Order: sequence, then structure tokens, then C-alpha cells
Amino acid sequence: MPYQRVKFYQTGTFTVGNRLLDEADRTVQARMDRTNSLNSGHRACQGCGEALGARYALDAVMRATQNQMVAVNATGCLEVFSSPYPESAWQIPWLHSLFGNAPAVASGVAAALRAKGKTDIRVVAQGGDGATVDIGFGCLSGMFERNDDVLYICYDNEAYMNTGVQRSGATPARAWTNTTQAVGIEPGNPAGVGKNLPRIAMAHGIPFVATASVADLHDLETKVTKAMSMRGARYIHIHVPCPLGWKSDPAQTIKIARLAVESGLFPLFEAEWGVVTDRTTIRKQISVEQYLSLQGRFKHLFNPRDEQALAAIQGMADQNIHLYDLLSTEPAMES
Amino acid sequence: MKQQIEGSQAVAQAVALCRPEVMACYPISPQTHIVETLSRKVKAGDIGHCQFLNVESEFGALSVLIGASAMGARTYTATTSQGLLFMAEAVYSAAGLGLPIVMTIANRAVGAPINIWNDHSDSMAMRDAGWLQLFAEDNQEAVDLHIQAFRLAEELSCPVMVCMDGYILTHAFEVVDLPVQEQVDAYLPLFEPVQVLDPQDPVSIGAMVGPEAFAEVRYLAHHKHVQALEAIPRISQEFQDIFRRPSGGLLKQYHTDEAETIVLALGSVIGTIKDAVDDLRAEGWLVGAIQLCSYRPFPSQVLRHIVHYAKRIVVIEKDLAVGKGGIVSAEVKIALQGLPTVVDTVIAGLGGRPISKASVIDAVKAACLEGLEEPHFLDLNWEAIKRELIRQVEQRRSGPTPENLLREIGLSSEKTA
Repeated sequence: MPYQRVKFYQTGTFTVGNRLLDEADRTVQARMDRTNSLNSGHRACQGCGEALGARYALDAVMRATQNQMVAVNATGCLEVFSSPYPESAWQIPWLHSLFGNAPAVASGVAAALRAKGKTDIRVVAQGGDGATVDIGFGCLSGMFERNDDVLYICYDNEAYMNTGVQRSGATPARAWTNTTQAVGIEPGNPAGVGKNLPRIAMAHGIPFVATASVADLHDLETKVTKAMSMRGARYIHIHVPCPLGWKSDPAQTIKIARLAVESGLFPLFEAEWGVVTDRTTIRKQISVEQYLSLQGRFKHLFNPRDEQALAAIQGMADQNIHLYDLLSTEPAMES
Repeated sequence: MKQQIEGSQAVAQAVALCRPEVMACYPISPQTHIVETLSRKVKAGDIGHCQFLNVESEFGALSVLIGASAMGARTYTATTSQGLLFMAEAVYSAAGLGLPIVMTIANRAVGAPINIWNDHSDSMAMRDAGWLQLFAEDNQEAVDLHIQAFRLAEELSCPVMVCMDGYILTHAFEVVDLPVQEQVDAYLPLFEPVQVLDPQDPVSIGAMVGPEAFAEVRYLAHHKHVQALEAIPRISQEFQDIFRRPSGGLLKQYHTDEAETIVLALGSVIGTIKDAVDDLRAEGWLVGAIQLCSYRPFPSQVLRHIVHYAKRIVVIEKDLAVGKGGIVSAEVKIALQGLPTVVDTVIAGLGGRPISKASVIDAVKAACLEGLEEPHFLDLNWEAIKRELIRQVEQRRSGPTPENLLREIGLSSEKTA
């Protein structure tokens, strides 16, 4: 394993951990020379997971490329809160065209760079889960199968938040959204639907796929840095809680993201050429209830308690634990 | 160098001479021969470091070019019909972002019913997207307009569609004078973008714009088209200076001097119309013709100046604004507002229906003698239409209209056989 993960016991907590680390091991974000790709002053909501994820991810790309980065953005919260004219929070060359075409636009940027021989400049495309798993899926799959030299980052907040919380193909089982209301026989989003884009990305056999979470920003930066050490189509799927859409406390964004990981509902892993090569193990699995109960979008599962639904969601978490071997004490796995 | 060559091949040769840097293509008839030829040229290394991307859709194709153009690359693709409509959102985005992409439209009908043959429904559907639209009369002009289109697009930072009639031009073998590289290089300078993604000088392209500035941004897009009214004739003249033949411009006239009636059309049908004008002139009719080369921008003032003395304009157009009639004729009427000139609409050639010289002559004579109903549909099978209308009245479940009509026409041709 090329990178030795920081352990809780070495650093105290993740939040103060940087100061206890050697300078070389600190996060990009902890450095004086961080680039602030997404500068402060933008209009994201309090506790926005996406803004945090984008800031860490893009600054890590900037460090990895010696600031030679171009970013392409899909329509969505990130585009809207960062760019209302005449202000822009972007300190980097940044292009937004449409909701559904960011992967193709990024392929075009990469092709132009190839045509001009400027291969030192690297391309990142980014979008929310709606842009990625739904409306931009065709373009994304095309970019993957052509193995275009693009890192695509999906900030997954599990619904269309910019339009006011509607269901996407990444909305989890039984979650309330404005188009999967908490009424009827099976309140919320039906179970057994939706798609797992990291697995679909892996099925394209691309060089690198990883999941990450704003709960572990060091890990997020490490995966981004690793992605930028490679060429070809790369995909990172970042779990980013949305206080507005999840009906959660903005102060709890990091905690909720961490509970998603520790319950097994959002497994952290990486894959190369379609094969899982590493995952972040969980020291102690928590129940999905601890994760769900902090979010108003799941409150219909608790009043009265919907044992069947809770058991089904626990089953999904357990399946991930099994699939990715998340409770193992082995340092890594090959599957 | 003159050679006998298919229209698509000729256009591909012309595009290659323009040294594109990124092309993204998706197959659709009848433009496919163009991109097939270009893909071979790229793979053979005949177009420098040009990148050719086989993409997953037309929407993807134009989106790739949006990224490449914003990165400062000269970009090209070709499409038609359903493909153009599938990329519609990106068509507007490319124009709104002011990216000088050049795209061939091998004009074809839009379904349903699905139909692969020529009319102008496709590019007409995108007429207000902000792209310049140039229509070629023949394959020589198609070649020449592509070279001019890159000049025009990059000078104005505005995308250009070069429209050429599907099959009628794309698949026709004609003698075409293909330019040489030195001529094109002398005519077409290197692409100097007005905006580019550059880590040394980072800008945000495609930011959100609210009510406080959106109207101004749209006005400036309109202003580019106003500038194009001046640029198109100039660029056409400069083309003639280097390539030694007239090509393009806003519009072309044929025997319009002292014409009482002027037939106006876009694209290849002007050839048939010119023959009809010759015959009508021989019979003593004071008839002329205008080929509208630039449809966007629409050269209202120039057109008004030329035709102000004419009694009648007969617009023959290969499109239909369903529920209204003519698209081009409506714009001609606005251009001639206040003049006594009568403007007739002749809807013709839909879905590849041949437009014969005899039909054109009949329509022009009818317009002059008794006037035409508005709009006038050329060569419709009224019997089949009437029978279908009766069936729809008599039977609630009358079935799919296209299939019924095919059956009607099949039965009537059996009877005549």
C-alpha cells in the first residue's frame, strides 16, 4: 500500500489531526500554499458537503498538477452557488455549458490539449449526482469507454438539490424527496431501485475508480492525488451530505457523512482497471439507525418505527460490509 | 484543382484544408460520408495533430466541441435532422458561449414519420439559436462556404452552420474545384480565440447570468449577427480575390432586373428555379430569382433594396411551420413591410419530394394570374388526403396516419398499374 493511512490514535481526531502530523503528511488544505480553487464568499448553504468536497478535491488536483488544471462543471448547486455573474468564486480556468454534458465538454478540453501538445495541463469535470448518474450518464459512459484523459468527480448528495430536492437515480431507499413523498404504502423512495455508479464506472474497465467522503478529507485528497498520477478516464464519487435536502443540522454534516461510512451504507474503496484494490475498513460497525435518525428525510421510518424498512436498509449496509470486506483487519485485499 | 467528386468527399477535403484541431462525430445519414472521410484523414495523419472523437451521441459531439473550442482549438462536426435536434441544447449553449464552431448540416426532414430525405426542417428548427446559417447552392459552393465559415466564425466568435441539401448535394458527384493548401492558408489565419481556458490567466466561462445582465448578453449575440451582415459580403469578396471565383455572400440574384415576379429559395432547388426562370422569360414572363445564401443573419435590408420594385415574391421553401405556413416567407414579409409587394408561400420538397421545373413554372404562373392560397402546397396528393380525412371522421380508431396514407398511395398506384 503506497500510502500509510493516518490512524485515529496517532492524531487524536481528524479535525485537529493535521497539527500532530509531519508536515509532509498534512492535508493540502492545511498548507499555506493551498490554492483556494473554490474561494470563500460563494453562496452555498451552511454545512454544504459539496462545497467542502469540491474545495478539497480541486485544491488537491492543483497541488498534484502544479496548478495546471482546467475544470468543467455541470449545471447544479456547485455551478449556481459559485458563479452568479458578475462574481465568480473560481480561481481556476472554469467552464460550464449544460446539465448533461460536462463529461463530453471535458473530453473536448482534453482533446484540444492533446491536439496542442499541452499535456501538462489536466482536466477535471465535476457534477452532482443528478448530472452524473442521470442526465449526463450517456456522455459520462462515452468519456469512460473512450478512456479520455479526464478525472470526473461526482458530488453525491443523493437528490436534485438545486431544483429543490427531487429524486435522482442516486437517492437511497426510503428517503423522502419532493418527488418521493413520505406517504402511501411504502413512504419515500422505493427500495430496490437506483444505480451504483462507482460499480458501473468499474465495469467500463477504466484505470481508476474511488469513493470518498467529506468525513475523511485526508483520504479524499489522497485519492484525488492518486487519480492525478494516472492518465485516462478516472472517476471519484464523493458522498456529500446536504442539510437542506436531508433535513439535517448543518453542524452535523461531517458527523452524518462519517456515520454513512461507519454503518457500511457508503463504503470507501478504490478500484483499478475494474478490480477493487483497496478499501477503508470500519473499526466498529454502527447501526444504520444511528445514521438515518439524524436526517429528517428518513423520519417517517421512526414514527412509528418501520421495522421492515429499517431491517432492509440494515441489510444493504451489511451487504456492503461483506462485499468490500469492511470489518477485516487485513491491510488490503485483492478481489 | 477540378475533379469529379461526391459532395460529402469534397466538403471533407475542404474541412481538412482548414486544419481543424478537434472533430467529434456521430453517424447519421446523409452526413456520414463527410465524417468517414475525415476520420480516415485524421488516422492517416493528414491533418496535423487533429483529434477525431467517436462519441456516443450528437449531443456529446457538440459538447466535445464546446470544450475543445473553449480550450482554443479549431473545431468541426457534421449532423442533420434528428441529430441536430438531439443536440439542440448544446446548439444554444455553443452560441450563447460565443464559441466559433463550424458544423455542416446535411439538410434532412425531421420525423415523425421518420424520413431520411431532404428538406430544411432541421436547420429551420435551430434558426433562432444564435448560429449563423449559410445555405449552399451546389457542391462548389458547399466547399467554398466551409472555408469561409471558419473565417467568419472565428472573426465574430460565433458558431456557423453550413447547410447543404442532404443526398441532393451530399451524395451528388459533380465537378468541384478543390482549393490547395496554400490558398486556404493565405485566406484562413490561425485561430486566435477571444476567450480561452488558460491556467496562466484563469477565467470563468459559462457563469450564471440573472435578469440584471441577461438581456444585454442576448443583445450582444444579436449584434454579432448585425456585424455578420457586413462581414459575410466582405469575407466572400476576399475569398474571390484569392480563389478566383464568386461564392457565398448574403444572397445571389438571377435576372432580377426589371422582374415583376421574383422566386426566392434556399439551397440547391435554386438550380431548378433558374431553369424555370429561363423558360418563363422565353415565354415573355418578367420573372427572376434570388438565392438566399445567408439565412442567419437574415439580410432584410439588402433584400428589400433589391426587390422593392417587384410586384410579387414567390417564396419556395422546404419547411413548414405547422399551424402557420411558411417560415422564410414570413421573414420576407417582415423585410418588405410597407411595400405593396405580394409575398406568396409555396411549401415544397418536404421529405425529399422532388420539385420539378414544371411544377415551379405552374406555381409561378398561377401566382401571377390568379394568386395563390396561403400557404400553397406544391404537388400534394389531395385525393389521398381527402380519403384519410373522411376515414378519421368515420372511424374513431382510424389508426396511424402515415401507414394509412402509404396504403392509400399503394392502392392507387396498383389501380393505375
